[in-house]
Amino acid sequence: MTTATPTVAAGAQKVDGTTSTTAGRVRRRLNSRTATLVSIVIAVVWTIPTFGLLISSLRPEDEIKTTGWWTAFTNPQFTLENYQQVLFGRSSSSGQLASYFINSLAITIPSVLFPLAFAALAAYALAWIKFRGRDWLYIAIFALQIVPLQMALVPLLRFFSTGVTLGGVTLMPAWDLVDEQKFAQVWFAHTCFALPFAVFLLHNFISQLPGDLMEAARVDGATHPKIFRTIVLPLITPALAAFGIFQFLWVWNDLLVALIFAGGGNETAPLTVRLAEMAGTRGSEWQRLTAGAFVSIVVPLVVFLSLQRFFVRGLLAGSVKG
Amino acid sequence: MAVFTRPRQAFVIAGVLGLALSATACGTGDDKKSDKAGSAECAPYEKYQGNDGKKVSIYASIRDAEADLLERSWSQFTECTGIEIAYEGSGEFEAQLPVRVDGGNAPDIAFVPQPGLVKRFADAGKLKQLGADTKALAEQNMPADWLKYGTVNGTLYGVPLGANVKSFVWYSPKTFKEKGWEVPTTWEQLIALSDKIAASGMKPWCAGVESGDATGWPATDWIEDVLLRTAGAEVYDQWTTHAIPFNDPRVVDAVDRAGTILKNDKYMNGGFGGVKSITTTAFQEAGLPVTTGKCAMHRQASFYANQFPEGTKVAADGDAFAFYFPAIDAAKGKPVLGAGEFVVAYADRPEVQAVQTYLASAEYVNSRAKLGNWVTANNKLDIANVASPIDKLSVQILQDKTGVFRFDGSDLMPAAVGAGTFWKGMVEWLNGKATAPVLQGIESSWPK
Repeated sequence: MTTATPTVAAGAQKVDGTTSTTAGRVRRRLNSRTATLVSIVIAVVWTIPTFGLLISSLRPEDEIKTTGWWTAFTNPQFTLENYQQVLFGRSSSSGQLASYFINSLAITIPSVLFPLAFAALAAYALAWIKFRGRDWLYIAIFALQIVPLQMALVPLLRFFSTGVTLGGVTLMPAWDLVDEQKFAQVWFAHTCFALPFAVFLLHNFISQLPGDLMEAARVDGATHPKIFRTIVLPLITPALAAFGIFQFLWVWNDLLVALIFAGGGNETAPLTVRLAEMAGTRGSEWQRLTAGAFVSIVVPLVVFLSLQRFFVRGLLAGSVKG
Repeated sequence: MAVFTRPRQAFVIAGVLGLALSATACGTGDDKKSDKAGSAECAPYEKYQGNDGKKVSIYASIRDAEADLLERSWSQFTECTGIEIAYEGSGEFEAQLPVRVDGGNAPDIAFVPQPGLVKRFADAGKLKQLGADTKALAEQNMPADWLKYGTVNGTLYGVPLGANVKSFVWYSPKTFKEKGWEVPTTWEQLIALSDKIAASGMKPWCAGVESGDATGWPATDWIEDVLLRTAGAEVYDQWTTHAIPFNDPRVVDAVDRAGTILKNDKYMNGGFGGVKSITTTAFQEAGLPVTTGKCAMHRQASFYANQFPEGTKVAADGDAFAFYFPAIDAAKGKPVLGAGEFVVAYADRPEVQAVQTYLASAEYVNSRAKLGNWVTANNKLDIANVASPIDKLSVQILQDKTGVFRFDGSDLMPAAVGAGTFWKGMVEWLNGKATAPVLQGIESSWPK
């Protein structure tokens, strides 16, 4: 995570290209030697637990269970046994980690793309198409963010398992999904839970685009779909990427939603579900969690590092701009 | 852009690798057919036939290595009958099951370890009654002490399956032999031995109650075990059903009696420090000093056998073994504290009932016991099929007709107490709070 620090500074510089004096002073102070030293110390302190976990994951079971990870420096004993157990585990009932890895991807990728697509369209409509009640609609969507998703778990599960009946009339039959089809439930749930924030974030970004652009395009005869495709989409790429990362990390690390809507069967359960089971019925094999944690952070780490600069820009996307 | 290429390549490679792996994973399995139905080895499954190709889902908290054994134990049944059993184990079982049931997504069968939870589902009308075959078999094979915990308002809903014995004290036969100590059979001997060990400069006992958000439960077992011994099973039943207050004087006595060991700085806490270290020591690790000679005795259930490191010989002449936690008052019989899980059904399709009946049968319990690491109260279990010495001892204790079995009280009480204030109260108690205010606090938290 140490690499993140200079990028923040660089991003800030770019954004505040024409600085007011206050911002300039802040930047000068942040570039001083003391500030650098402090940020390095913070970065190191922040990284120590993760580093300890990494060391632990390479130590033999008995060592992990009896001594702290720092003893590895005075008494170095390293093994890949934990990774061996995690990746090619003996558990026949749950299969190998690799298939859960695929499940995680199968859950995560659509759960990122669906809300991205819907939210971009909705945000555009809310920002640039004039219709009655537009602001109220936006406020309603914005307000939905405060609904905790835990409240929606049981009703949504009923929605899937018994369908919707109103006054004896079946509006929607039960979905009756089995095995791999349950992915659809997870996608649906994640999309629902992500939309309010996604619409809010993208709306802030899209509504800040210069109105002249849209007007010029409309004068040239462009329709809304055309404007959205050729003007808006390319301009909001950083915001899309930023939300994409947020959503990716959230869905990848999610246990609750997957556990309820995908179930724990090995056809649909993601990596997190398997990790939670890995310690055994009474937690006796908890040394495996060290290696398991590292296996599961590989993908988020790759995604984060490769999309890092969008991430930093995206952090500013939700803020109000002058 | 140069920065970009490598992670992206890695991503592609990871993706391709993953796809390849999943493709191979899909290629195996799915060849279950009941073409063996007529063969000799399938003879015991004759009465379950006629459900070929049906699927039954089972949900429980048993996972990883133990779930493997579970699946292997019914593999012959599924081969012979063609009933496919989709098993799912989860660490969040107790929290997830109500969500799934309320959401209309209940499993066909669940193994519920808490009689309190069985009662809750039965009262809500979610559970199906047992089929006639299952009921007859359960009543024939299971001790009455156990069946009563699966019974709600006179109707039997849960058939006991696995069990564990909690009235055990772990010790090292090797160390005991070296030092010339005898395994105590009465409470007086137990205390005399503790004093003797303490005088030799070694802490005789070790304990640990840290267990994530369930911290405190091992101490509740201590209290329940002692209460069963000082006050007897009848008072224990009144206590768990709240017919007497939680802080009844007899309970206070039992807690204080447990305190003479648990809160005694001369006895505690071998290998970890003083009495205060009990609350910060993980229960998984608490008994390990027994094998390293830093602690002589550790009171914990039979399942603790799995916590010892690989290579530890768990036997009467090995590195670790357990003796029965001695009775205090001979007039109160030979009390046994234990726990186990109950098979309940949310569906009553014929194949679900077939599986339920099978799980209560002699064929199943012996098939499961042969795989090891499992004990049941089912009296059709042939002790010759139980390999490990500690499981054998557990089965002997469970099948002992003179024993008085009682279920873990914290699983019988309402969750707010049994999985809440009782645990937390014990932590406060171990941290130095006096007995009376702790029990008073738990009593006032009992749901009205």
